[in-house]
Amino acid sequence: MSNEGTQKTLLVALGVCLVCSILVSGAAVGLKGIQDRNRELDKLKNILQAGDLYSEGADIKKVYEERIRPEIVELSSGNLLTSDRYDAVLDPAAFDLKAIAKNPAYSRLLPADVDKAQIKSAPNFMVIYEVMDQDQVQKYILPIVGKGLWSTMYGFIALDKDLSTVRGFTFYGHGETPGLGGEVDNPRWKQIWNGKQIFDESGELKIEVIKSSVDPDSPDAKYEIDGLSGATITTRGVDATVKFWLGENGFGPFLAKLRGGVADHE
Amino acid sequence: MNKYKKVVKTPIIIENPIAVQILGICSALAVTSKLETSIVMALAVMFVVSFSNLAISLIRNHIPGSIRIIVEMTIIASLVIIADQIIKAFAYNVSKQLSVYVGLIITNCILMGRAEAFAMKNPPLLSFLDGIGNGLGYAFVLLFVGFFRELLGSGKLLGFQVLPVYTEGGWYIPNGLLLLPPSTFFLIGLLIWWLRTMNPEKAED
Repeated sequence: MSNEGTQKTLLVALGVCLVCSILVSGAAVGLKGIQDRNRELDKLKNILQAGDLYSEGADIKKVYEERIRPEIVELSSGNLLTSDRYDAVLDPAAFDLKAIAKNPAYSRLLPADVDKAQIKSAPNFMVIYEVMDQDQVQKYILPIVGKGLWSTMYGFIALDKDLSTVRGFTFYGHGETPGLGGEVDNPRWKQIWNGKQIFDESGELKIEVIKSSVDPDSPDAKYEIDGLSGATITTRGVDATVKFWLGENGFGPFLAKLRGGVADHE
Repeated sequence: MNKYKKVVKTPIIIENPIAVQILGICSALAVTSKLETSIVMALAVMFVVSFSNLAISLIRNHIPGSIRIIVEMTIIASLVIIADQIIKAFAYNVSKQLSVYVGLIITNCILMGRAEAFAMKNPPLLSFLDGIGNGLGYAFVLLFVGFFRELLGSGKLLGFQVLPVYTEGGWYIPNGLLLLPPSTFFLIGLLIWWLRTMNPEKAED
């Protein structure tokens, strides 16, 4: 049979496709378990890092189960959902920020003047993680998301139980320029956030990422964070993201409820 | 030098795929800001190019000319997906940094280049070794570039601080340019200069 005949061509094409598809699906199915476990552990690790509970070599799952209590907040009211309102989307264990922001039943489009973090649509519900110590909430870990220069940045900000002191700050997903905007995940820079105040005495949102270095003698030093040098737009993005999520369109109502002492399940 | 040794050795320096054949520059720009990602990328390409050469060479006498390129692409693409799945399973953190670039190995010219130029005309073992050789040549350039970009760009090697940078209280001021993809042009340019000085017969007039 000649190599160039129609029959031979179809036969070779079919054969190659068949063998390749078996190999590809074999690899995909065979490795799926390990990959899912990696993704899951990576997510838990990020939560623990934001809550300052992570140490190299620790049993991530065990620490998570002991110390973290996930809850779902209805952003507009600030109420925590009771477990009877959980469904496939609103499930604290499987909460998917990217998916819910695309789901019109659970999100809303943001008008341009509100959309400081440039995320276009914001979820109506967010998962939060409470760091527990003997049944007392020590910290609240709030997820944040917003646009930097190139990419959407995903992170967490951890608040003390006084609801104003930052206790942890981290970005776990971003595609900013390595060495410039990419320094948002530099441990030293993240450390600067620790202990900063988000609100002033009157409850005004005061925290700000400024363009240069913070003057330690300034009265506002406790509200200010050094910008990243060489990364003006990323810095601006981080600033807008934090302000959006801690403001009235983000976790503002929830924090207000907590401050009033009644952010319980309703 | 016997022919098996020769197909492995010549592509490392003398016929280096990036520096002499000028193939596969794109991924060399994208993933070399750190040594670790360079190593994983180099291993992935070596795996794909050697096995695609082997597979294509095995069926080279049965591939109809009319669908030659498509058959090659299908084999290469399948191997790339398998490599990507393996990296996601066993080197999850690196896979996050490499992101789309593992998938883009499919478009890496080294693969099609070697399949067309070598595997279609040579027996399986020789083609496999040619793939290993070209993979090593690619790895050599990636490691060279990754070494200098990570060392001078962030003062680190494989994540360990080698030069104490000034933000951590040291003396070294990292060169941010080295962290940006264009710096690779300078490094590869210097490498080509060096290689051509060593092997003047490769220099073009």
